[in-house]
Amino acid sequence: MKTKVVMILAWRNLWRNYRRTFVMLAAVTVGVWAMIFMSALMRGMVDQMALNALETFVGHIQIHQQDYRSDPSIVNSMPSPDAQFQETLDESVAWTERVRVPAVINSERESRGVTLMGIDPQREAAMSFIADGIVEGRYLENSEDKGVIIGAKLAQKLDTRLGKRIVIMSQDPQNNIVDKGARIVGIYKASLSATEERFVFMDINIAQKFLGMSNQISEIEVRGENFRKLDSLNAQIQQQISARPEQELESATWVELDSYLDTMLGVMDGFVLVWMIVVFIALSFGLINTLIMAVFERTREIGLMLALGMRPKYILNQVVLESIFLLALGLFAGTSLAWLSIKPLESGIDLSVVAEGMAMMGAGSTLYPSLTVKDMLTANVVVITLGLLASLFPAWRASRLQPVNAMNVS
Amino acid sequence: MNISLVLAWRNLWRHSRRTWLTVGAMIFSNILLVFLISLQFAMYDMMVSNGLQMFTGHLQVQHEKWLDEPRIENSFKPSSKFIESIEAMPGIIGVAPRAEGFVLASSKERSYGIQVMGVMPESEKAISSVPGFVRSGHYLTAGDKPEIVLGSILARNLKIGLGDELTIFGSARDGSSAAAILKVVGIFDSGLSDLDRMLTQIHLQQFNDIFFMQGDIHRLVVLSDDPDTILPLQQSIESLPILPKHSVVRDWNQLQPELQQAIQSDLASSWFMYIVLIVLVAFSVLNTQLMSVLERTKEFGIMMALGLSSWRLGKLVMLETILMASLGLIIGVSLGVCLVMYLQHAGFSYPGMDEMAAKFNLPSEIFPSVSLFTASLGPGLVFAASVLAAIYPSVRLHRLQVVQAMRAP
Repeated sequence: MKTKVVMILAWRNLWRNYRRTFVMLAAVTVGVWAMIFMSALMRGMVDQMALNALETFVGHIQIHQQDYRSDPSIVNSMPSPDAQFQETLDESVAWTERVRVPAVINSERESRGVTLMGIDPQREAAMSFIADGIVEGRYLENSEDKGVIIGAKLAQKLDTRLGKRIVIMSQDPQNNIVDKGARIVGIYKASLSATEERFVFMDINIAQKFLGMSNQISEIEVRGENFRKLDSLNAQIQQQISARPEQELESATWVELDSYLDTMLGVMDGFVLVWMIVVFIALSFGLINTLIMAVFERTREIGLMLALGMRPKYILNQVVLESIFLLALGLFAGTSLAWLSIKPLESGIDLSVVAEGMAMMGAGSTLYPSLTVKDMLTANVVVITLGLLASLFPAWRASRLQPVNAMNVS
Repeated sequence: MNISLVLAWRNLWRHSRRTWLTVGAMIFSNILLVFLISLQFAMYDMMVSNGLQMFTGHLQVQHEKWLDEPRIENSFKPSSKFIESIEAMPGIIGVAPRAEGFVLASSKERSYGIQVMGVMPESEKAISSVPGFVRSGHYLTAGDKPEIVLGSILARNLKIGLGDELTIFGSARDGSSAAAILKVVGIFDSGLSDLDRMLTQIHLQQFNDIFFMQGDIHRLVVLSDDPDTILPLQQSIESLPILPKHSVVRDWNQLQPELQQAIQSDLASSWFMYIVLIVLVAFSVLNTQLMSVLERTKEFGIMMALGLSSWRLGKLVMLETILMASLGLIIGVSLGVCLVMYLQHAGFSYPGMDEMAAKFNLPSEIFPSVSLFTASLGPGLVFAASVLAAIYPSVRLHRLQVVQAMRAP
């Protein structure tokens, strides 16, 4: 009963000075909107970076010969996984094996250093962007396909095009230079032009034959369900690896493979929280001000209530509740506004004007804001919790008024 | 003393707590803005100067097609008089010629496709920090020996060390084959993985012979001591009558567009944050001033009855706001400047900055410095926004009806 009365009083008090309430409400709304909107943009950028990196042959987990990561040479290759190993790998969402060696590609006019990727066309299509990235010609068809796929940017640098022949040079396991002519059957585009310049694809069987590496491969890439939760999958793979000590394998998650990305994800989490707290502090001055004024105007009335026997506790609750009502309304308005303003942007914000700058950070030229429930909740929790703390001081002051003095204030 | 000023000042302290809270919001925002803007501009400066002094230089004279098609035949021949006249221009730190070619490099165990760059060691030392990053061995010495220096990652990939021989094989400018055996004399570690993985340097004269360049080069790198005078410098090089045929002058914005763009996109997101902060302060001021006008309705009514125009009262409210905003400005800027000056000595970093800094060619600790511009930009906007926010409360005064106002409680 008492609680209900206090709530009604708090709610009515809020609208006694509706102008002040509206100004404060507008401030809370703008603040909450900015918290969520900014977080969504930042998250969108980092998600994009993660997606780019994970789709560009980093994957969730990679398995290599132990020395391959420090010396990515054909010498440090590994055998194709046996039936038992494959069983473990099949428990993941998708996996593929690759030959991945440094090579030189020569067109009629130019030469460039590239990374030659021998891929399993079917498995690769489920792993990386390459199958969907073809803009001219076609993707690799079957294990008899002798064609190569190169990036649009590389084609431009080499002054070559679809249907032309190129020569690929690399080394075999005995450090003899081997070369092979091949026809360009497909041209792909990637979100980063550095990717387009770097990777050249051919079928894995053709690559193994050309490089004289029989059934050896360079790496296995595995995709789990969620790139943030890979521990159990990695543990299973580790088990298979330790069961084959003679092969000298190691597995690494993307966290180890791309420490910049891991850092960025961590920094963003920190940034989002700091940003929310900063906005709240900027808001809190106005909030405390409003409450102090509200209490000040009502000094007589509060004195009267106390004189009539209302316990100080209820005065305190009344002021805190008033503040919470105000914040809750602002949170509702701000969160809705953020949702409304981000939804239409989710199809992507074009940033191609600064594409190269975004590439420097590892992000693509389209920003897809990502509105997460977690960020919306964080914003709400931050505002309510800190708001409660901030309103305690004016509320406490109100509850400590001396009835006689308070009633005598003119 | 001006009576309005005295009145305004006294009015502020009728509710000292409210005034301090509003000023507090300004101080908080001002400290934050001075700090963030100083930090930001310090970072941009370092990104640009570190990035350009590392390797690119401020200006490059190139063959007109080199930027889009970096092929060995897109070369030009600068006369020594041309180089000398650039060197003689004011503010020039150095001018260095470079030529580049693609080769297959083989050590005993490994082969990689790499870019070989021909340089003049003495000129290179003046304009690039790469020679200073040689960690083992030494940089190319004077004289024309078959020597090569290369990046640490490349050396690791090639499994090659000091004193080892590297065989390079590629095609020369005239299409014939170019081959040479070079001795590794130095390995550099710049911390930029692109350079450490790709870059190799040899003597320009050697390059000339191996690739049959006949004295042609691909770029002439120019470093100036003042990045702000790049444009006039570019114009005066372009207007030299001895500018080699088919060559153009490009500034760092064209050579490394990602640098300027990274700064632009960072600026855009920071401005979003700054504006939000400023708007929140404005709301705070609006609230305070609206309240203070409303509670003085009776007082204002009396003053108007005594003959003061509503215009004059509006001015009073604006004056109060200006005084409040000045207080916030002075205290906020002073504290902000103190904070930045402290960090200028102590340095600033946050967890994870190491990794990000390496990506942008920055040290892992930033020493921000404060300038009139970085200290006044943010607080100036806070001041302006506060004054703007007080317009509504002061304009409201014109609606005041004297008799009604005097009857207000």
